Amino acid sequence: MTKPIRRIAVVLSVLLIAVLANVTFIQVFSADDLRARSDNQRVLLQEYGRERGPILVGVDPVARSKETDGALRYLRVYAEGEEYASVTGFYSLVYGATGLERTENDVLTGSSDLFFVDRLQQLIAGQQPRGGGVTTTIDSRTQDAAWRGLSGARGAVVAIEPSTGRILAQVQSPSFDPNVLSSHDPQAIRTYYEELLADPEQPLINRPIVALNPPGSTFKLVTAAAALASGRFTPESVLPGPAEYDLPLSDRTLRNWTGEPCGPGGEVTLIEALAQSCNTAFAWLGNELGADALRTQSQAFGFDTAFNIPLRASTSRFPDNPDAPQTAISAIGQFDVRATALQMAMVAAGIGNNGIVMEPYLVQELRGPDLSILRTTTASEFGAAMSSQNAADLIEMMVAVVERGTASVLRGVTTAEGQLVRVGAKTGTAQTSADRPSVAWMVALAPATNPQIAVAVVVEDGGQNEISSNAIAGPIARAVIEAALR
Amino acid sequence: MKSTNVPATDTVTRPATRRNRELFLLVVAWGLGVLGTLQVGWATGEGTPQRFWVTVAVVGALALAAHVIVRWRVPYADPLLLPLATLLTVLGMTMIYRLDVAAAQRAIRNNSPVPSPDVYSQLIWFAVGITLFALVLLILRDHRVLQRYTYTAGLIGIVLLLLPLVPGIGATINGATLWVRLGGLSFQPAELAKIALTIFFAGYLVVKRDALALVRVRFLGIGLPRPRDLGPIIVAWALSLGILIFERDLGTSLLFFGLFVAMLYISTQRRSWIILGAGLFAIGSVFSYLAFNHVRVRVQVWIDPFAFADTGGYQIVQSLYGFANGGLLGTGLGNGYPQLVPFANTDFVLASLGEELGLAGFIAIILLYAIMVQRGLRISVAVRDPFGQLLAAGLSITLALQVFVIVGGVTRLIPLTGLTTPFLSYGGSSLIANWILIALLLVISHRARQPLPEVEPIPDNATQVVSR
Repeated sequence: MTKPIRRIAVVLSVLLIAVLANVTFIQVFSADDLRARSDNQRVLLQEYGRERGPILVGVDPVARSKETDGALRYLRVYAEGEEYASVTGFYSLVYGATGLERTENDVLTGSSDLFFVDRLQQLIAGQQPRGGGVTTTIDSRTQDAAWRGLSGARGAVVAIEPSTGRILAQVQSPSFDPNVLSSHDPQAIRTYYEELLADPEQPLINRPIVALNPPGSTFKLVTAAAALASGRFTPESVLPGPAEYDLPLSDRTLRNWTGEPCGPGGEVTLIEALAQSCNTAFAWLGNELGADALRTQSQAFGFDTAFNIPLRASTSRFPDNPDAPQTAISAIGQFDVRATALQMAMVAAGIGNNGIVMEPYLVQELRGPDLSILRTTTASEFGAAMSSQNAADLIEMMVAVVERGTASVLRGVTTAEGQLVRVGAKTGTAQTSADRPSVAWMVALAPATNPQIAVAVVVEDGGQNEISSNAIAGPIARAVIEAALR
Repeated sequence: MKSTNVPATDTVTRPATRRNRELFLLVVAWGLGVLGTLQVGWATGEGTPQRFWVTVAVVGALALAAHVIVRWRVPYADPLLLPLATLLTVLGMTMIYRLDVAAAQRAIRNNSPVPSPDVYSQLIWFAVGITLFALVLLILRDHRVLQRYTYTAGLIGIVLLLLPLVPGIGATINGATLWVRLGGLSFQPAELAKIALTIFFAGYLVVKRDALALVRVRFLGIGLPRPRDLGPIIVAWALSLGILIFERDLGTSLLFFGLFVAMLYISTQRRSWIILGAGLFAIGSVFSYLAFNHVRVRVQVWIDPFAFADTGGYQIVQSLYGFANGGLLGTGLGNGYPQLVPFANTDFVLASLGEELGLAGFIAIILLYAIMVQRGLRISVAVRDPFGQLLAAGLSITLALQVFVIVGGVTRLIPLTGLTTPFLSYGGSSLIANWILIALLLVISHRARQPLPEVEPIPDNATQVVSR
């Protein structure tokens, strides 16, 4: 009976192989698909069963996990939830995660490959993986100033360190409380989320990096950069600056916001045109340079590029094929030009960094469960937007905007020691629709020599003209600059 | 060249008993259980489990007692079977304890009374199992004695199978009528029936195999048995269908029929029995699929469990999620969520282990069974009498089929049927029956390797070296 027993053994071996192959398929090859299924509670329980790492500003956690005695073991709490919502995002049972909670999830949960050694140890010891920490580039004082300044308004602030691209402040207003969205009560989460969705102020939009607004006169910085780059203009070049500019190929005219000519005899130098925010001179300049030169210059500053900071920012854009009158209006940041606050801060930062635009970034360090530093972000160049000579000229032009032009609110900024700081800036006002107040902008750079901070403030529904932009967005920019320099 | 006669200087060498190897492996198995239990306590935040050292000492004492009995009664028995069975039992107890912890923690969260732990009941069943194991070794010196009780065993097997249908003591749990309830104890008689019926099949087939091996009818080039010899297989088939229809127990039904066909094939060496068996199996399958809703549901759930994720497919879907969560190396004991699968410590104990020990641990467990079956089949090949051969093969095949049906079920290789996982599952009947099965295999293997009774040594002067 040996032969049939051997045959039976062969058959049983085949069954054994089938079982092993099948279970290998489940646990290795289809495991990810099974884990991704929406009714798989294990993923959730596992995520909430581990201590998720903190999101840090300096050494203080703005998001951390707190142990509870519920079925979901760890609760996510945000110390200054609304102020940092634009950075941290939320971590919700119902709606998933946003912000750094989403982009840095691998590190925060401890499943990143960076933790290979830790995980090996945990594997041998049979421990649960612990999450690592994420240190942001945010400077808490600058952030606080921006948050206080924006309170009650609808808008955004982004501040960047020009030499590196580090984001020092990123604030949205109105904001939301991530504590509620990250709670363990699905009903409360849903109710609050529905409320936020229904809110006409749209607090869930990450305004600093996602909201696209016409940049208005702040775009004149780009037009001026293109003018200097063309080699045909210097800050002292004289441009026509009448009270009204007849748009080419059309019977429409463009007026200065003052209603007056920009200089005696309707002529003005480039530096004065910027200082006074002379629409007619810049419209004329736009047509002289052409749409392609403007677009190329804007792209050198980062338009048409989607930045991941690592949160995904909207792409700022310059219109594709504007005709002559549209080019003229685009040159003053109207028509279809759209930019995020992040983008306009990058324009100022690039000018301030000898014309070199740095990649903006929000994550400074990734840390292990014991908070040892595993990786530090190194600054990287996005590209050269201007020659350093032209950049220096443009800084002086921006200083003129503060010292004798429209950004008067930034005069007299001092350091902690009371030293006067030269600040460069540009105001902007842009109409989004006829029946709504305009968008007020302030883009600034300080100190003018060796700048430490570039800031863009945008207040939607803000004002009527450059004076009101100065009055509404200006003080916020001033507070942010002063906080950063102290 | 001149040939020389080699002197017969040696008498029969006594084979090694290899009992020390068995003892060493038993200590390893026990140690793995200790470490696993400590790991569970640590990972779940319970610290050292309650009554840990007592439990661990009792388990060690039971394993040691089994070893001593084996050393005494069946010294030439296979050295791997006892450690393998012990390791599987302690792994099962570790997982049962781990699920007790999960149930207790859940109860505390919900402010409900903490359920009594299952692991101590399992420990008691383990003690009963070892006792019966010892009794078999003490009473049964020679497995051939069992051949005398062929028909008694058959009768006992059938009665055990039918017991759950007796009104008053039979109980239907989770849709299957395979339980007997006496006093406070419930028992699954099918587990013991499988041993009784294997003895019956072996004894019956040893006698009838020559008749059953005769070929009379040729059909399409295949030699088929004579119609009058078809009786036994038809009876086995009808019985299996009966279990399926009246007790709604797909797993047991499959197990018995598969076992019978395999033993029929081994005893007659005729492939025609396999073909016939497969044909009857196909007919039975189609018939029960068409006739019984519960079979149809099982098959539909098997084909697309996710479509029934909230109803009939819930178990298998949760089981698959558990396996996926475990991945290659597992979550580690105490770190997974095996309690999300219903019946995590009985039918789905392998899914629980697959989640926490991962693919690596799961394959290791399956290989423990594979080695067990391989040792059983080796014993079958080595033993000298045909009854012993058939019995050892039958017992090994029962084990193999049962493991295949349950592993295939929880991993969706085949439709899910309710069978216990030998040694691992929580539950007395299964644990006891499988320990008896191991005892029988040990007796047979002892017989197979035992040296023949010593003959008078031939005096040295009877042979002489012839040299020139």
